[in-house]
Amino acid sequence: MNYWNKFCECMGRRELDKLQSERLVETIERVYYNVPYYRNLMQERGLMPEDIKGVDDLNRLPFTTKDDLRENYPYGLFAVPLSEIVRIHASSGTTGKPTVVGYTRRDIAIWSELMARTLTCGGATKESVIQVAYGYGLFTGGLGVHYGAERLGASVIPISGGNTKRQIMLMKDFGTTVLACTPSYALYIAETMSEMGLEKGDFSLKYGILGAEPWTEELRREIEEKLGITAIDIYGLSEIIGPGVASECLYKTGLHICEDHFIPEIIDPATGQVLPEGSEGELVFTTITKEGIPVIRYRTRDITSLNYEPCRCGRTHARMHKVIGRTDDMLIIRGVNVFPSQIESILIDIGETEPHYLLVIDRVGNMDNLEVWVEVSEKLFSDEVRRLEELNRRIAHEIQSILGLTVRVKLVEPKTIERSQGKAVRVIDKRK
Amino acid sequence: MKVKQISVFLENKKGRLAQLTGILKENNIDISAISVADTANFGIIRMIVSRCDEAIRVIKDAGFTVNTADVLAIEVSDSPGGLHQVLDTLSKNDIEIEYLYSFVRRPSERALILFRIRKIEEAARILGHHNIKVLSPEEIYGL
Repeated sequence: MNYWNKFCECMGRRELDKLQSERLVETIERVYYNVPYYRNLMQERGLMPEDIKGVDDLNRLPFTTKDDLRENYPYGLFAVPLSEIVRIHASSGTTGKPTVVGYTRRDIAIWSELMARTLTCGGATKESVIQVAYGYGLFTGGLGVHYGAERLGASVIPISGGNTKRQIMLMKDFGTTVLACTPSYALYIAETMSEMGLEKGDFSLKYGILGAEPWTEELRREIEEKLGITAIDIYGLSEIIGPGVASECLYKTGLHICEDHFIPEIIDPATGQVLPEGSEGELVFTTITKEGIPVIRYRTRDITSLNYEPCRCGRTHARMHKVIGRTDDMLIIRGVNVFPSQIESILIDIGETEPHYLLVIDRVGNMDNLEVWVEVSEKLFSDEVRRLEELNRRIAHEIQSILGLTVRVKLVEPKTIERSQGKAVRVIDKRK
Repeated sequence: MKVKQISVFLENKKGRLAQLTGILKENNIDISAISVADTANFGIIRMIVSRCDEAIRVIKDAGFTVNTADVLAIEVSDSPGGLHQVLDTLSKNDIEIEYLYSFVRRPSERALILFRIRKIEEAARILGHHNIKVLSPEEIYGL
């Protein structure tokens, strides 16, 4: 078993608690003085920075949600001047505006360190040839893994997502040993390989570092079998840092959270109460080293549980169970976060006052397909075919430009979409 | 001169059109003319009916999406060149047609053509000058 930073990754619990407490105190002081939003929230609760003395005081602090980030769009929660920010990433918000995060030079260094740990944890070494097939750009996946792989000293192929046949050709010719992408894309690559008449023996692949969407053990077995690799689950979200928040080791018994940088909690999503160790609930993170945009008790909306037992691999940080669900209606389609409310705001922009729509997600040939059904109201309806087809194209185009996802739009008659107890069903997910 | 046409949105589903005509039958509403425009996913029904307002109400109540548009109704003789004369006149006067549909009435041997045109008033005036008969709404609804 290899470590990237054994000192930090295998630190004793007591030392880790002490380190977390020190870093939390520093973080709270920084956000209190540098981020008016947090200062106001603390003042409302009668809290001064010195009231937070360590991790035991964490639950006195308010939660931060994705909506809070959106309301402070774009830079409201940054704790440093823009001149200190060297990188900006964004992920989709719950409506039109994205969630924006900024990194200082030191944040990027820490992120690279954590991704180097993650890759090492998942079997990669300096000798590895890592093909980064996560999207590069505003999405944190591509660049996050890229920087970590360079930090590790591996040879990086920054191919980004898509263009699958070319991906496969290079994977074969360049002798790729580690594939980093979403699990559904890994499976798609495997299918395409066999369509191209290639076998897993033609490749040098050993590991898959797969994440950015939830996946099952069945899918893991299928990917491992078809690609002839060990498939490792990694977890991250841009609001916390991006990929590199947590990852499995080769024992695959939960994802090791980088606890020296992020303090995890599990809460009851309804009451906000912290739940006892081992309970299932909503995962909450507080960043304790980030400079650009520290977040306090960020509600990830992911449902999981924590295990504080040291792992057989020797790492001591808490392990989170594979994410088992969401507390909100966010969908992950081909690695892209999609909220039904985003589709709703697009339809409202098009002039529909009370849009009725349904998202139908299916897995066709191992690729997620999103079909958007839109009820044609009198306002949208026209007696001319050309206009209705234009409407169809326009909706698809708007969704594509905002979500970056190609979708099929289907115009349907009113009341086609089932209303249960007055509330419309917005999503039919056939993937499970 | 403008005739009110009802348009109804229909998904391509078996039996859907029959449901629509069933509603009209129950309410004793007569269809004077009908056309169906279809694409791979949906269809648009266009109709001229007796008692237009009532028809709109009952179709809407049944949960269909309905709207109305003004169309121009022309009568020509049912003989070679009848339609051509109308189209040629409109084309020479730079008037574009969105769509049209027609049917022949016997025993009068006259063909009725319904035009969806943006410049409906201008078209009616020009056709009138060329001695082409533009029908009034009253002449149509009772057919």
